[in-house]
Formats: sequence, structure tokens, C-alpha cells
Amino acid sequence: MSAEIEKPERKFSSIVLIVIIVVLALSLTSLYQAYELFLMDDPTMGYYLLIGFIGLILSTYMLLQTRRRVQKFTLETKPVTTTIICPNCDFKEVRNYERGDYILKEIGPCTKCEGTKMISAIYREIQEKRKEEKVFT
Amino acid sequence: MANLIQLETLPAQGLFPGQDALSWIFQIIFTLLFIVFVFYGQRIQMYIMVREIEGSLLRLKFIRDEGRKIAIETIKEIGKPETDPAERVDQFLEYVTIPPESMDPAGVVWKLEHILDVRETRFKDEVKLMAPAADETNINNLENTLEAASALNIIYKVIRHFYILGKKTLSLYIIMQIQMILPLIMREAEAYASALKAFSYGQPIGDGAGALVAARLMHGHKKKKVEKDCVVAKVPLEGRTAYVIKAEGPGGNVGKPGEAIKRVVDENNGKITTIIMIDAALKLEGEKPGEVAEGVGAAIGGPGTEQYKIEESILKYKIPINAVIIKEDIGDAVSPMRKEIFEGTEVAVERVKRVIKEKTKEGDTVIVAGIGNSIGVGQ
Repeated sequence: MSAEIEKPERKFSSIVLIVIIVVLALSLTSLYQAYELFLMDDPTMGYYLLIGFIGLILSTYMLLQTRRRVQKFTLETKPVTTTIICPNCDFKEVRNYERGDYILKEIGPCTKCEGTKMISAIYREIQEKRKEEKVFT
Repeated sequence: MANLIQLETLPAQGLFPGQDALSWIFQIIFTLLFIVFVFYGQRIQMYIMVREIEGSLLRLKFIRDEGRKIAIETIKEIGKPETDPAERVDQFLEYVTIPPESMDPAGVVWKLEHILDVRETRFKDEVKLMAPAADETNINNLENTLEAASALNIIYKVIRHFYILGKKTLSLYIIMQIQMILPLIMREAEAYASALKAFSYGQPIGDGAGALVAARLMHGHKKKKVEKDCVVAKVPLEGRTAYVIKAEGPGGNVGKPGEAIKRVVDENNGKITTIIMIDAALKLEGEKPGEVAEGVGAAIGGPGTEQYKIEESILKYKIPINAVIIKEDIGDAVSPMRKEIFEGTEVAVERVKRVIKEKTKEGDTVIVAGIGNSIGVGQ
């Protein structure tokens, strides 16, 4: 059961794309203008530089936003482990979950003693992504 | 004189900029933006919300399609059908259950129970037809898988309905209400997506915490099957006699613990000192998963029919009822059991023993009922 990848169709408007391209072009022009003014030692160079950068950031952000919509979706498969023990001795084995495993299932004679091995636990371990708020515990 | 100078320079700093071309450009842009936001602000806000819903809807569609695919693949793998089950699966995903009329609420519990029984029988029959080679355990697991896929299908269709309706009517309020609850709906959908895989593999889920506690207590003792889909074992516990009840595993099954408790109570002519119910309960944000808490009352979820039966039984004989709950969130409840919840069941077993010691005396008879889905949990 591998994680499947979907290819959703491009649904964003072509007008939006044109606007982004125009803003991008204008921003680059403004930056070039700033460079020209810098060479002429003109103090208004700063305004063009500001406009250019703002335009560049805005258009890049909008472009990324449209790209985000065609990103690939996946369904995460969480690893699950099965713990096998022998109640009579210290035998313990941890392996990946296999179809047919269930808690308290007896799975045959123990290799160390006369007892019967059984599945004592099936669970998944997850790493917390964010630290819990310590202040409100 | 000073005031006069200020008045002369005022227009240049206000609505009209100075001689500088850049000031004019900024002023025009600002004025245009102001006008646009005054007249189209709400529309812009709506488009942003619509875009957000669109993104979530794409994800929901993916999850829904993935759920359908997993269900079909599992049926093919386990059930070995002669024909392609896709069409039947599609029909199954569209099944509706019409709840009974409750204008006259007297007897509505039994009506609801009957409808749910019919639904379950119908689902099981459908699964048997789709997967003729599946055994009882796998039939239960497949039924659970299909139910999770069906829930995803419903979520997707409801969100799509409001999305299209909002776009059609251009109503900010329709769009807004769906956008506001979208994060919670997405969490639920992601939870069902995890459930699908757990059900198709037959892995124990967080909701089975109560059943696991009962399984630990009854392990190694003689079990008896009771109606419906439950098992009961007579276990000597701390010098008392405990009737331990759980849904029969390891197939995906919640059984009718209310029916089982009622039966045990009646068989003992109401001479039960206390009932202890163990179940998984939804935690609040900030609480740790697997935390164990105690209380009183019938710890059982679902449509309410089983809780009603238990409450009727305990009221008849005035039996005290205690609850031990294991906390988890909705995502944990239907996805493969987390280590913290598994460890929580070990704590819950000790709590049950402590409650028995504190609330009863030696020689008494008690009922311990582990509530929850027994998928992946034997006995």
C-alpha cells in the first residue's frame, strides 16, 4: 500500500499569471532604474530600489502561492511495531507489524524455553513535532 | 506668521503631493488601493477564503479517492472476489442511514437501535458478497475500512456542497462558516485516512484502549460469547469475582456492551457491587495522550443506545458505576495505537484493580467492561 501521488490539474487563472509576470517585469525595471540613478549619484535611487524589491518579493510570493496548489499530495504511512515476548522467560523481539498480528496472539513455541511466544504489544511511536507549552502545564 | 507658513505647506503634505513625481505615484497608488478596498474588500476577502477552501477540497478529494482505492485493494487481496468490486464499493460509499423520527421521543432509543442493527446486517451482507473468501475477522475489518471510506466520502461531498453553493450565491457567510471550521474538518479527515490503513491491516487503534484493558484482565481465563459480538470472562481479581466484558476481537468490532452488561446484571439478579467501565475519551488540547482519569458514569460513546441500556440496568438495581478513561485526541482514536496510549492501558489496569480494592470488599462481584473497537486486540 504505497503512498499514492495525485496530479491535480492546474486550476489557477492565466490572468493572475499575467499580472504576476507584469509586476515582476516592472520590479526588475525599477531595480535597473535604481542602478542607473546610483551611477548618476542621484538620491532618489532609494525609492526605485524600495519599489523594485517590494515588487520582486510580492510577485515571487504570488508565484509560489500558485505553485503550492499543484503540489503533490501523499498519505503518510506510520510505522507500527509488534513486540513478541515469552511470559516464561526474558525473550523479547520487536519487529515491524505484519498483517494478521494482534495483541495476545500466540505465535508458537519459545526458542529459549518451553513456553509459548505471544504478541504483547502493537503500537506506533511518534516524535512530537513541537515542544509543549511548558508555561501552561 | 508661523501658523501661516504651516497652512501654506499643508496641501503638499495632505491629499495632494508635492512636485516630486514619485510622491504622485505613491499617492495615486494609495488612493486607488483605498477605493478598491472600500468597494471590493469583502469580495477580495471572499476570494482568499474560496482559495483556501479549494486547496483543502483538493486534499479532501485526494484522501477520499485514496480511501476508495485502499478499500478496493484490500477487498481484492483478502476477499478474492470473482468480479471487480469497484462498482459495489461505490454503491456502499453512498449508503445513507435515516434516523428515526423523534417528534414523539418515547421509544426512540429502540427504534434507533433497530435501524442501526439493520444497517450493520446490511453492511455485513454487502461485505460478504464483495469478499467471499474473507473470514469473520476480516469481514469485520473490511466493514470498518469501508465505513471509514464512506465517512471520507461524506466529508468531501459536504465541503464541496458548501464550496459550490458559496461560489454560486457569492455569499460571504456561506463561505465563511465552512472556512472557519475547515481546520477541524481537515483534522477529522486526516484521522479517518489513518483509520483506513489501520482497519485494512487489522492494527489496534487508539479507540481500542478500553478493550485492551479488558483483554489484559481476562487473558488466560475461560471466555463465553454473549450477545452481541461480546465476550465475558469470570476472573478472580483481588479476592473478588469480576465479570470482564469486551467486544470480541481481533476483528474490528465494538459489539453491544450495554446488552452484555444488562445480561450479566440480570443473571446475577442485580447482586453486583459495582460496575467499572474503561473507555478511550477525547482529550483537551494541552493534555497528554494516554493520561488516565477516573470518574463516575457510563463511559461509552456511540449513538447512545448502549449507554441508555447500561443506565437503565444500574438504575433498576441501584448499582454504583465507575469510569476509568484513557485520554486521546480524535486522530489518535482512529489511527494505529500510539505508544503513550498503550502504556496508558497498563496504568488503567492498575487503576481498575485499585478501584475494586477501594470500592468493594472481598467476596463481592463486580463487572469490568472494556469499551471500544477490538480491532487487533485478542482476548
